[in-house]
Amino acid sequence: MSDVISGLRVAAATMALCVAGYTALVLGVAQAVTPATANGSLVTNAAGEIVGSRLIAQAFTAPEDFWPRPSAVAYDAAGAGGSNLSPANPELTERATALIAAHGGATPERPIPADLVTASGAGLDPHISLEGALFQAERVAEARGVEISAVTSLVRAMAYAPGGVFTKGRIVNVLELNLALDTELAAPPVSE
Amino acid sequence: MDHVSVILLIVGGTALLSLPLGAYMKWAMDPAPGQAMRWTGLFRTLGGSSAEQDWKRYLVTLLVFNVIMFTGTFAILAMQQWLPLNPDGQGALDPTLVFNTAASFTTNTNLQHYSGEASMSYLSQLAGLMWLQFVSAATGIAALAALARGIAGRPAFGNFLVDVQRASVLVLLPLAVVGALLLVLGGVPMTLQGAAEATTLDGAMQTIARGPVAAFVTIKQLGTNGGGFFGPNSTHPLENPSFWTNIVEMSAVILIPMACVWMFGRIVGRTKHAAVIFAVMAAFLIVKLAGAIAFESAPTAAFAELPVSDATGNLEGKELRLGATTGPLWAVLTTSTSNGSVGAMHDSFNPLTGLMPMAGMWLNATFGGAGVGMINMFLYIVVAVFVAGMMVGRTPEYLGHRIEAKEVRFAVLALFAHAVLILGGTALFAATPLGQTTVQDPGAHGFSEILYEFSSAAANNGSGFEGLGDGSGPWNIATGLVMLLGRYLPIILPFAIVGSLMAKTRATESAGTLGVEDATFGTMLGLTVVIFGALTFLPAAALGPLAEHFSLP
Repeated sequence: MSDVISGLRVAAATMALCVAGYTALVLGVAQAVTPATANGSLVTNAAGEIVGSRLIAQAFTAPEDFWPRPSAVAYDAAGAGGSNLSPANPELTERATALIAAHGGATPERPIPADLVTASGAGLDPHISLEGALFQAERVAEARGVEISAVTSLVRAMAYAPGGVFTKGRIVNVLELNLALDTELAAPPVSE
Repeated sequence: MDHVSVILLIVGGTALLSLPLGAYMKWAMDPAPGQAMRWTGLFRTLGGSSAEQDWKRYLVTLLVFNVIMFTGTFAILAMQQWLPLNPDGQGALDPTLVFNTAASFTTNTNLQHYSGEASMSYLSQLAGLMWLQFVSAATGIAALAALARGIAGRPAFGNFLVDVQRASVLVLLPLAVVGALLLVLGGVPMTLQGAAEATTLDGAMQTIARGPVAAFVTIKQLGTNGGGFFGPNSTHPLENPSFWTNIVEMSAVILIPMACVWMFGRIVGRTKHAAVIFAVMAAFLIVKLAGAIAFESAPTAAFAELPVSDATGNLEGKELRLGATTGPLWAVLTTSTSNGSVGAMHDSFNPLTGLMPMAGMWLNATFGGAGVGMINMFLYIVVAVFVAGMMVGRTPEYLGHRIEAKEVRFAVLALFAHAVLILGGTALFAATPLGQTTVQDPGAHGFSEILYEFSSAAANNGSGFEGLGDGSGPWNIATGLVMLLGRYLPIILPFAIVGSLMAKTRATESAGTLGVEDATFGTMLGLTVVIFGALTFLPAAALGPLAEHFSLP
């Protein structure tokens, strides 16, 4: 019996220190020092409305936008998940075939970058590879009626190596890229 | 080259950090007379007694405290819909899920048959699950400290309630504070506000779940827990937003398991012996890492006929910001240590890559769980010493303790139980609709999904081939029971072994005693681990990942 009573006392003590105290401390520092990321890295437009999170992929389907990686959960940021399909599963091949067609086709000479046809672990990967963005540049430039070089130079300017010297490939944030496109290379007003 | 530099950074860097941490943990968990007096005094007051306990008393107190842990969290989860800190209005949970989840977090497994952002209130996450992430890891560290005291020849095991507070407050809490602040600086959310509603550029509504993520994720990584705040664990961009948070999180996976080896060595007073054990564990880690990275750099077989660039390897289930090494590296670290968090979806790995995490859980002693990994290795040591003694015709002795039939019987029983829980459970579910109706992928991979789930439960790991529909009542109950047996048998039996050793007169080591500080001992120990693991699990591996590999085009 004494084990139970002392155990309860220790449970209460650890709960107070490791749950209440710890949470309060980390919460206080986070909200004071990094409030923007502590609340989810939300992005707002000029009117102050939330248009997404820079860390969370959202669906883009219009030809004038860059498209993110496919998502096994339809970009549901309240129910994230991966496809969990194994390499032996035919669904994986079927999905990739459909995506290649949606991206205007690919050939062995101009293969599609793998990230554009593979779903990420959480289905919310906010990035595509630099190659994945360049692969889409022609479509985006055409839809916006701008020079392709203007699009590719914007893409290259926004691409970065996520781990500096520790990573080879470069990636680009799709939401930020599309926002920058809208600011710098807005489609001409439909007037003619 | 980026593979090698990242591995050096994480494994090498963390191994260096584990040395001073091991020394600190010795100070915190087993202070010499006169050290840390104020803390010990405080913990004795709260624990109500300072009495030294023999192995049986220590075990009973440990089990009673674990029952309190289970009950407390069970109650919070079962009533979450009526309790505060629930801004997103999460509803009632299925009773079998409450049982499974409480068992899972009490046993330091963190197998999750739910998705945090869709099911759990913030109170359930913090006061239910995160609390257990501290005290279940502390239970393991306490058990190792107690076992080491027995081996060191002390008259008693110590006092469990004092030890569990030392591990929670002096070891885990300060590390968690440092880690959580690093993650906060790295962009991980920490808020009590409910989900944010966004209107996307395409005009759709997107609900963005968030919460007190940074605090939760840190102790999840440090305490070999592994239960994520969000369903897809550390693949979620809010749980692991960048390459740099990924480095912190991966390092946190192996830090305490590595330091536990040094703490053990310091308590038994044989640091060189600990270095040999560390080297054996590190060798297994390197082999599994090399295998996983090599197998996963091959492109997925699904795209063999398609015009897809194969420059990046298999990207299904992986995140670009975390770098190419993360998937296989994290998979090996998390299953070597019984952590179970993931940085990529294991179900989508190439078949032979998926074999590496399974092998980690079958051996369960490549650093292993907080405290308990070293205890598992102690079981292998008992067997290795006995076999080596038989081979050279000497009385098997370990640090002056005579290893006899009784101790070996207990050690083999514990190792055997691990295999029976995995293979028995897999056989039952693979042969009946209980499991057959829940697999996602056809053929050999479906078998692998079942095999992985039982391996994960028995090894108290918590990762999964998540295509499996494991949220059903039979899965919740079966894995719940396997987790409980897989947790407590490998604590009870080693305690009994050391209890039995303590009752005998300790011999003085002589020139004739088998050395435990040289390469011969390390080789013998490594072989024992391989033979036990390979012989027991090779047939199952052949039916699952190996069959799948050879059936792919």
